[in-house]
Amino acid sequence: MRVFKSVYGCAGVLSLALAAGVAVWGQDAPDTGPKARLALKATESHIGNLTGHAADGKTDYRRYCAGCHGDYGDANGENAVWLDPKPRDFTIATFKCRSTLTGTLPTDEDLYNSIGRGFTNSNMPIWNTLSPQQRANLVAYIKIFSPRWDKEKAGEPIKIPAETAVTLDSIAHGKALFTKLECWKCHGSHGEGDGPSASTLTDSKDNPIRPYNFAAGKDDSRFKCGNSNQDIYKIFMTGVDGTPMPSFADVIQPNDAWDLVHFLRTLQINRHGKENEVLSAAHGVIPPYVDKNPAPAAPENKAPGSGQ
Amino acid sequence: MRTKPILLTLLTLLVCSSLMFAGTVSGKVTYTGTPAKQKPIDMGKEPSCAKQHATPVTGETVVTGPDNALENVVVYVSSGAPDDGQVPSQAVTFEQKGCQYIPHVLVMHTNQELKIVNSDQTSHNIHPLAKVNREWNKSQPPGTAPIVDKYDKPEFISVKCNVHPWMHGEFAVLSTNHYDVSKGGGDFKLPNLPPGKYTITAWHEDYGTQTADVTITGNETKDVNFTFKAKAY
Repeated sequence: MRVFKSVYGCAGVLSLALAAGVAVWGQDAPDTGPKARLALKATESHIGNLTGHAADGKTDYRRYCAGCHGDYGDANGENAVWLDPKPRDFTIATFKCRSTLTGTLPTDEDLYNSIGRGFTNSNMPIWNTLSPQQRANLVAYIKIFSPRWDKEKAGEPIKIPAETAVTLDSIAHGKALFTKLECWKCHGSHGEGDGPSASTLTDSKDNPIRPYNFAAGKDDSRFKCGNSNQDIYKIFMTGVDGTPMPSFADVIQPNDAWDLVHFLRTLQINRHGKENEVLSAAHGVIPPYVDKNPAPAAPENKAPGSGQ
Repeated sequence: MRTKPILLTLLTLLVCSSLMFAGTVSGKVTYTGTPAKQKPIDMGKEPSCAKQHATPVTGETVVTGPDNALENVVVYVSSGAPDDGQVPSQAVTFEQKGCQYIPHVLVMHTNQELKIVNSDQTSHNIHPLAKVNREWNKSQPPGTAPIVDKYDKPEFISVKCNVHPWMHGEFAVLSTNHYDVSKGGGDFKLPNLPPGKYTITAWHEDYGTQTADVTITGNETKDVNFTFKAKAY
């Protein structure tokens, strides 16, 4: 009996070892998983003078990214269940921070910037510890997870006109737009993320999501897609894809958009900046906006200045 | 010179015969069991919409008619359709009115123009949750121009408005023009099918899909009925 047992034991250990071997083999064999379509070797990214190569990004991806984004880029890394908001799913190629219109692929530079900037209010850190070349390689690598990169080109970056002057008038017009376009329905009338629809919001994967609270925080480092006024301009014009935040590119005129940016800055009540200085000089009171060039008698139900 | 009239005659004959021998598939969509009760929608947060409805409207995920009829089921020829790829030149329209989508289920051909209109006094955002096609999300304040788009791949796409969480509709993007959406009596009709073998698919947003194979041999009407099992919740 004892001999038999040990024979069985041996066989068991052997088969376990074999299974483990197969498992390790199986884990290492596919580069990209079943959903991927793009060739690892041929996929590149181009950011300025940098050319990223997917094949060179694999090791870094496995080391730094796969824990959350998953070996197959499907947002099913072992940490993903613990995270809120959830990591990006690269297999659907929907990205939040873009310079391109809603529904289009971001530019390589957009993705590169996202990696280097990290995502505030999420678990995505600032990866400025990685060299620019490493980040460029990672941009190329994450493309292998979706066939969209094979079939579509990145969208055209939106054109942003030179910023207009920050004036009380500009802020007042921005506030009028904030009201008219109903930004407050989600973001709240003071931008605190507490509008009437705020509690009902879910992202495109049905996970609850909060609208941005402008009033929280002391500086402007808390914006998801960058710190500059240009970045804020981009957020509402391109929308934050995969979330409830829509694009307003079709409904806000370029210069009006700057007015909205200036008003949004005043919602960041603790921020030191030009917009809040202008507002303090006016004792914190935003006057009601008066349209100096009212649209010619528009038919009922047509909002003036909507362009159509 | 003489070939032209002959060709024309042949063509006329072909067209006539195909019309003469065009079959029809028709039938009824029903359900078994007890469908979940559709809850009344509280539009209190959007008074401009609430006042458009004398009595509160209910959700439209499951709409039923008399004799267990099931509405809003897209019935279409999923294989064998003779006109794959013929994109209708006319646009389909999706209207936002009274904080509801009209129609609740909108069928369109791939690459057919889709027009989205806001007839309300409030801003909506249109967020079709496409997975195969591109996912976009656009704001449409009152009085702005229609949003015009198209989808190039077949897909059933849920549409929502993030501002008004009760708003929910469906786009059915098909690669055929042979489709119908079941109405009050659950009836559907797919006419003009030349002789051939077809697969008919019935799709309901909550109850899933069913298929049936049909062979049309001539000028005939084939009865096909679909019965979905209702989900209790």
